Amino acid sequence: MKFAVIVFPGSNCDLDMYHAVKDALGEEADYVFHTETSLEGYDGVLLPGGFSYGDYLRCGAIAQFSPIMEEVKRFAAEGKTVLGVCNGFQILVEAGLLPGVLHRNTGLKFMCRTVELKVENNETRFTSDYAAQETITIPIAHGEGNYYCDDATYAMLQTNRQIAFTYTDNPNGSRGDIAGITNKAGNVLGMMPHPERAVELLTGGTDGLKLFTSLVKQGAHHVKTTV
Amino acid sequence: MKKVTVAVALRESILDPQGVAVKGGLVQLGFAGVEEVRIGKRIELLVADETTDTMIHEMCQKLLVNTVMEDYQFEIEEVTPA
Amino acid sequence: MLKQQSEPTMEQIQEQRIYATMGLSDAEYEMVVNLLGRQPNYTEIGLFSVMWSEHCSYKTSKPVLRQFPTTGPRVLQGPGEGAGVVDIGDNQAVVFKIESHNHPSAVEPYQGAATGVGGIIRDIFSMGARPVALMNSLRFGHLGTPRVNQLFEQVVAGIAGYGNCVGIPTIGGEVGFDHSYEGNPLVNAMCIGLINHEDIQKGLAKGAGNSVMYVGAATGRDGIHGATFASEDLGEDTEAKRPAVQVGDPFMEKLLIEACLEIVGHPALVGMQDMGAAGLTSSSAEMASKAGMGIEMHLDDVPQRETGMTAYEMMLSESQERMLLVVERGREAEIEAIVSKWGLHAVHVGEVIDEKVLRLVHHGQIVAEVPVDALAEEAPVYNKPSRVPAYYEEFQTMEETLPVVEDVVETWRSLLKQPTIASKRWVYDQYDHMVQTSTVVAPGSDAAVIRVRGTNKALAMTTDCNSRFVYLDPFVGGQIAVAEAARNIVASGATPLAITDCLNFGNPDKPEGFWQLQQATAGMAEACRVLETPVIGGNVSLYNESAGKAVHPTPVVGMVGLHEQTEWITTQHVKQAGDAVYILGETLPEFGGSELQYMQFEKSFGKAPQIDLALEQKRLLALQASVQAGLVTAIHDVAEGGLAVALAEMTFGTTLGLEVTFDGPALHLFSESQSRFVVTVKPEHEAAFVKQTGAHRLGTVTDQDALQIKTNDTLIEATRSTLQADWEGAIACYMTSKD
Repeated sequence: MKFAVIVFPGSNCDLDMYHAVKDALGEEADYVFHTETSLEGYDGVLLPGGFSYGDYLRCGAIAQFSPIMEEVKRFAAEGKTVLGVCNGFQILVEAGLLPGVLHRNTGLKFMCRTVELKVENNETRFTSDYAAQETITIPIAHGEGNYYCDDATYAMLQTNRQIAFTYTDNPNGSRGDIAGITNKAGNVLGMMPHPERAVELLTGGTDGLKLFTSLVKQGAHHVKTTV
Repeated sequence: MKKVTVAVALRESILDPQGVAVKGGLVQLGFAGVEEVRIGKRIELLVADETTDTMIHEMCQKLLVNTVMEDYQFEIEEVTPA
Repeated sequence: MLKQQSEPTMEQIQEQRIYATMGLSDAEYEMVVNLLGRQPNYTEIGLFSVMWSEHCSYKTSKPVLRQFPTTGPRVLQGPGEGAGVVDIGDNQAVVFKIESHNHPSAVEPYQGAATGVGGIIRDIFSMGARPVALMNSLRFGHLGTPRVNQLFEQVVAGIAGYGNCVGIPTIGGEVGFDHSYEGNPLVNAMCIGLINHEDIQKGLAKGAGNSVMYVGAATGRDGIHGATFASEDLGEDTEAKRPAVQVGDPFMEKLLIEACLEIVGHPALVGMQDMGAAGLTSSSAEMASKAGMGIEMHLDDVPQRETGMTAYEMMLSESQERMLLVVERGREAEIEAIVSKWGLHAVHVGEVIDEKVLRLVHHGQIVAEVPVDALAEEAPVYNKPSRVPAYYEEFQTMEETLPVVEDVVETWRSLLKQPTIASKRWVYDQYDHMVQTSTVVAPGSDAAVIRVRGTNKALAMTTDCNSRFVYLDPFVGGQIAVAEAARNIVASGATPLAITDCLNFGNPDKPEGFWQLQQATAGMAEACRVLETPVIGGNVSLYNESAGKAVHPTPVVGMVGLHEQTEWITTQHVKQAGDAVYILGETLPEFGGSELQYMQFEKSFGKAPQIDLALEQKRLLALQASVQAGLVTAIHDVAEGGLAVALAEMTFGTTLGLEVTFDGPALHLFSESQSRFVVTVKPEHEAAFVKQTGAHRLGTVTDQDALQIKTNDTLIEATRSTLQADWEGAIACYMTSKD
């Protein structure tokens, strides 16, 4: 599978995402600059963490207007895989590809630590290699990861099984302990924790790896069925 | 030229942890009557005279404000360029 | 020379001694007149005032810095460039430097700390290196007062705000609390970068006719006279000096890093330097002076954020996130193309010239012309008078009084709650210490470790200085500062490579103050020679005083070490029940400058603990050999709080306990004797380990939630969970109860 790692001005987890795909997963990846307009030839799009445009105004608010984002929207509308982590998640909600919003942690401080997550739905293309309700440890590093949505949206997320991951010990005040959600179609996932930082034993464990292996399996399956 | 001042505030339904912390600080300083503190943003734009209210609303809704959690109001003031 | 409107005339500068308000002495003014052969105008005297400040010229500290060994088989670049460079094999090198931002942080802690981080990062990438880690060393007054709490909170937030945004992990450091820093906190930031040998940049303005280009943020009036400000006491009027503090823009810095690193290796690039202290002045004068050339600068072309700026203001501005590049003539567009990809501009602001002068042209007229060597090289050097302070003589002759400890367990718990010893998780939780996904040992062990991507190597790094020892005995304290850093590096399994130092001292014009500086650096120099860790660069911050009272002399040592194999990476935490616990080194009744003494008396007095550098080096080498032979499972150096604290720390975060016997009275568990390590070893490796190191067996690691220490007079017991709760909660507890 070939992944596009989108680089916005101020992205800083692009390198981590790239190496997670190349080194830990053994799949192909390219950096795709925000000024590009085509995602032709890619099987998945990864929006990395960081501080796009300095997170000025609101996290992700300015990046949503990058030229590449039109193409990301088209890509998502075609049912192809889009993963946004941390700032990438913030960009996805600002761009309207995912519902809700991410605002300031209730503790008001940036938090970097390893937290426990529960896999709420292992029947998505991002989570199929995890066991149902599996508990995994993944790092977080954010100041504005407090997920909020209104009651109607929350009910919809539950009904459609769009909640992919929850925190077992909510660190930031997120509604319903939400750590990651998919869109209704299930091809777009946004999450605050960083699975790409948990793909090697030497540097933080391997609990994030299954997210990527799930994608590859799905991708392989997808290729087979379309042949 | 026109000067547009946009006031952005968190919607009433949204918890404002920063405001809560500031309220705590004020109370600690002895200002017992402080009921609530909400912190927002003030954005100043200098725009051409022909900019319409509709265009300003569009600017707010497309970029300046995230209407999922924020409300906004704006005021317009005529200015003569220096 | 023309004068700009409303600026004092050359005559007024002399008659009204306006140079004195810029920090120049009468004698220095006369030197300038002699060097120029005429009176300087306002802009020119401004150039001299910043370039001849202690911060830029080291005029006071040069004589003491000469003591440091600065070369070694691995040193590729010693002091003199933006940062030092050390070979790590495979054509790669590590680049690192530490720098202070004490004064700006005292007046505006968030921005002061943030811009300190920004500045040190620019020192690293201006060498052509990719910044891969940040460290820091912080000192504050006694935690618990609103002022100290606020400084601490804001400094940490500033470091986090900048480092997190720019995407370089802040992986460790140290934070100390002592009354001596009450009015003058210390904020030292260190950056570590990686580079391939052929990419090492030197800040040279070579080749007459080549273009001088400006990249980055526009110049405003912020930070004017920052370098001079850094070289003065923090007096009563410090609050009024607020305008000297700059505001950082980490987003701009991130773009600058990417743009500059893309330019490195481009054949059109001749030289590159960041605009740090003294901004445009120092970068242009130093680049020209080092190359034996001059620069003519067109100030009208300098990107400006404010209107009506004078030459003086532009040259002295310390606006952040700016770089000066020298580019081959005719190839400017190639550089501009790279820079504009990152949303920035490279602006032509001048040329390299044959004459060795810095010539400034503004509004079509020459507004200043000064020999570059006079600015960059010919600052006066002072041999300040030195005198042994009365306190030192008193401490040396004073009767040794042993502290009295009635309840050993209570003392143990109280020590673990001392902010200097307690867990710093409250701090490093706010730093993204994992971005770039190379962090192997995160904050909380003796040294932080990152892997070198694409190899099986890793780098260990630490910042250290026990300033209480330096205060009690600057020579011995200076030795200990270097030795402690080496201990931390070796405890992580690495081999020490080199150090960068940040000398934070009081007013050197006071003979007692200068004596401290002399003695401490002499001690450091000796330790660097014995431990084979040359000094490859650093920074001097003098005049750290408030209300006439100096901080403890604090020569912070930033040391980097190398793991040839990631398998050698070792942490301080015990790994498995059944492992044997050993101590390497002797424990003497040494309490001068100890945490126990400070806890009981809120001050430090008496003699510093003794240190034998040859013995230290012997132990460090034996431990390295043991690590490389795979004999050890954990190593922790014994530092603040003594053996009892070290043992407890080794169990924190694990599910294990300890059962040990200490041959001495319980009181000695809190002694801070030097050159000691606690090491755990698998039973099958005990014999080989003892043969290698001569360590003494203390006991074993257990699977119990219990720490049991048998001493010659008392049996001490506590649960790990109790001790850990004390240690973990202490700082958060100080920070939440603000009254």
